[in-house]
Amino acid sequence: MSASAQNAVILPVRWFAGHEARLIWRDFTSLMTGGKPQRTALVFTIIAAFAIAIHAYAAWLLGPAVEAGIGPTPQTLMIVGGSLVMFVSLMVSQAIESVTRAYYARDDLDLILTSPASAERLFHVRTSILAVQTVALSVFIASPAINVLAYLDGPRWLSAYGILISLGLMSTAFSVTMTLVLFRLVGPQRTRLIAQIVAAIIGAGFVIALQGFAIIFGQGVSRFAFFESAQNAAAMPAMDSVMWLPVHGAMGNLPALAFMLVLGLAILALTVRFSARRFAIDVLAAAGLREPQAKTVTFKGFARNESLRAGLRKKEWRLLARDPWLVSQTLQQILYLVPPALLLYVNYGSAEGVDTVVVPVIVMAAGQLAGGLAWLSISGEDAHELIVTAPVKAGTVLRAKIEAVMVVITWVLVPFVAVLAMFSPLAGFVVLAGGAGASACAVFVQLMFRSQAKRSLFRRRQVSSRAATICEALASIFCAATAAVLLLAPVLAWLPMIGLGLVLLFAWLLRPSENRG
Amino acid sequence: MTAALQISGLVKAFDKPAVQGLDLEVRGGEFYALLGPNGAGKTTTLRMVAGLLKPDEGSISVFGTDALADPIAAKAKVAWVSDEPMIYDKLTPLEYLEFVSGLWGVPAPLGEARALELVDWLGLGPHAGQRCGGFSKGMRQKVALAGALVHEPQLIILDEPLTGLDAGSARQVKDVLLAKVAQGTTVIMTTHILEVAERMAQRIGVIAKGRLIAEGTFDELRSRSAGGSTTLEDVFLELVEEGAEDEALAA
Repeated sequence: MSASAQNAVILPVRWFAGHEARLIWRDFTSLMTGGKPQRTALVFTIIAAFAIAIHAYAAWLLGPAVEAGIGPTPQTLMIVGGSLVMFVSLMVSQAIESVTRAYYARDDLDLILTSPASAERLFHVRTSILAVQTVALSVFIASPAINVLAYLDGPRWLSAYGILISLGLMSTAFSVTMTLVLFRLVGPQRTRLIAQIVAAIIGAGFVIALQGFAIIFGQGVSRFAFFESAQNAAAMPAMDSVMWLPVHGAMGNLPALAFMLVLGLAILALTVRFSARRFAIDVLAAAGLREPQAKTVTFKGFARNESLRAGLRKKEWRLLARDPWLVSQTLQQILYLVPPALLLYVNYGSAEGVDTVVVPVIVMAAGQLAGGLAWLSISGEDAHELIVTAPVKAGTVLRAKIEAVMVVITWVLVPFVAVLAMFSPLAGFVVLAGGAGASACAVFVQLMFRSQAKRSLFRRRQVSSRAATICEALASIFCAATAAVLLLAPVLAWLPMIGLGLVLLFAWLLRPSENRG
Repeated sequence: MTAALQISGLVKAFDKPAVQGLDLEVRGGEFYALLGPNGAGKTTTLRMVAGLLKPDEGSISVFGTDALADPIAAKAKVAWVSDEPMIYDKLTPLEYLEFVSGLWGVPAPLGEARALELVDWLGLGPHAGQRCGGFSKGMRQKVALAGALVHEPQLIILDEPLTGLDAGSARQVKDVLLAKVAQGTTVIMTTHILEVAERMAQRIGVIAKGRLIAEGTFDELRSRSAGGSTTLEDVFLELVEEGAEDEALAA
């Protein structure tokens, strides 16, 4: 053992874990209450009410299946197994995000790494907490279904919690290993970007792949259609195969549950054991990083005869194109468009009503993408003071930023509109109008809630103003609904339009005082 | 001769008063240093001049242009440089200067020529094509300064521009500012580095609790010193203390 390792202060795990837990709890409550502790009771009452409502919904959804009897049939195994894989994809995605953040966020790492505390112990505690966080989210999401099944069909279903814990531990171990391997292979600078993209793809990929399979094999757009197919069940391994061990564990087989828990713990413990030494080295490598370093751009001279607004738009496009966060975000949005695109391809020219599935999805995606872009352009201004002190009217700057966003959305939307319009001109027109409308609404909401922020805070934009996030999501949903209703029953289109109008009115009424006048 | 900056009865309050009836005049072509302890109102005052804050009361005139009535015309004459360089990490220095030239309406050929000259002058040449994201604080500040100079402002306002710079970068920034003053540009700078104010500024204003408590050349300020102080640091501390005592008596 080296002298420095011998001199390292071995922090008591409980003390360190307590410190971390306190920070996480304060972050969480601050996030939930918007930094106003007096709201705590109200927020937790709302969460409790939501939990009751979601349990009631789960009971309504699962009741008929329980009444019919849930036996260990191949279809049941496939549905439970598929659900577990969905949770694994969610947990892996979340764990990759968290591990990357643990490596790159400087919050207190500088303090800890310059103290005589053992970096390995820090890594042990942080990884354990990451595992707890990873498991907690999935447990929270799955709890209504598990609780309802345990209540209606017997307590054996409670063992599903144990399986989620086991899979969460393995997901964390996988994410840590992946990050370390990426560090080796591509270096600290590219690891962050690749990890973000991988997290986005894994997070959305499984559900999308299922929908894709179901569409290709003519089973509809439901992600469960794939599992309910007898043909698919016949192609699966035998019911006593080891592959189904987690599923048997989730359904109350105690030896399978115990095995999975031990396996999960062992994998995580081994991963931590063998990767802890690399942690301090890699974190220090990430610390010396300031993205993106020394990327050279050829100078082509200043653009001649360029108007002020054109210059502003060009600046926005340059920044958008060079934004790695945006790359992963856009990729995710485009991934969500794959199933409807497949549906369109498979049913091209033959199926009635396909456009009513495709159109709202594209409209919704356009709205969401516009929301992200609008935030980056309108609120995410790194040189805010430069813009404010320039002899330019604020309205001119805003107009140019909005134009920049709308042009990007148009470029993304046009291929989908063109394909759709080839076999349904009406659907093409509706998706164009709906996409433009959803984008305009997202931009409007961002304008109402604009606040000066660094572009690097893009990931936190959704937590900085919950009102903006909710208004943006609702506006996209109502635009998508309007588009769908326009195709199905145009006379009823005013209904979602009223909803949209109310959302925009709320956005206008709820806008912060600094954006009034 | 028209004053470069004329401030009268300027008032600004946040939770508590930040600037309280400030009167200030800066002459054209001079290097003016604005000093004061933390929270004295220096930055708030200069942010109001640059158009980043709206005053509650008072008037601001930049080379005869009413900055509150016609902010666009006033901004066309001013450049603002803060202690945190306002640049884009994803743009190169030349792309940044192209953007700033566009904002101030500098014709492209002229802007390009000035940008290339400034990049050279500030020693940014080898990095002119690299994105600013990986630059050190000193390099970022030099890019921001180049942005302030590319549109040839009549008045440059700098808020703690030397904070965090190494000796070489600080020297370069100081040399550029002195050269601009020699060419007739007016420079107003806040700084906590009193030696810089003493050496560079033609006149020094001392501000405390939102009011101008003393103004003049270094020699004039020193002559006011009752304790026979010889350095600006001593004079400054004496003036601030006096100001606090006067306020306590008035209260």
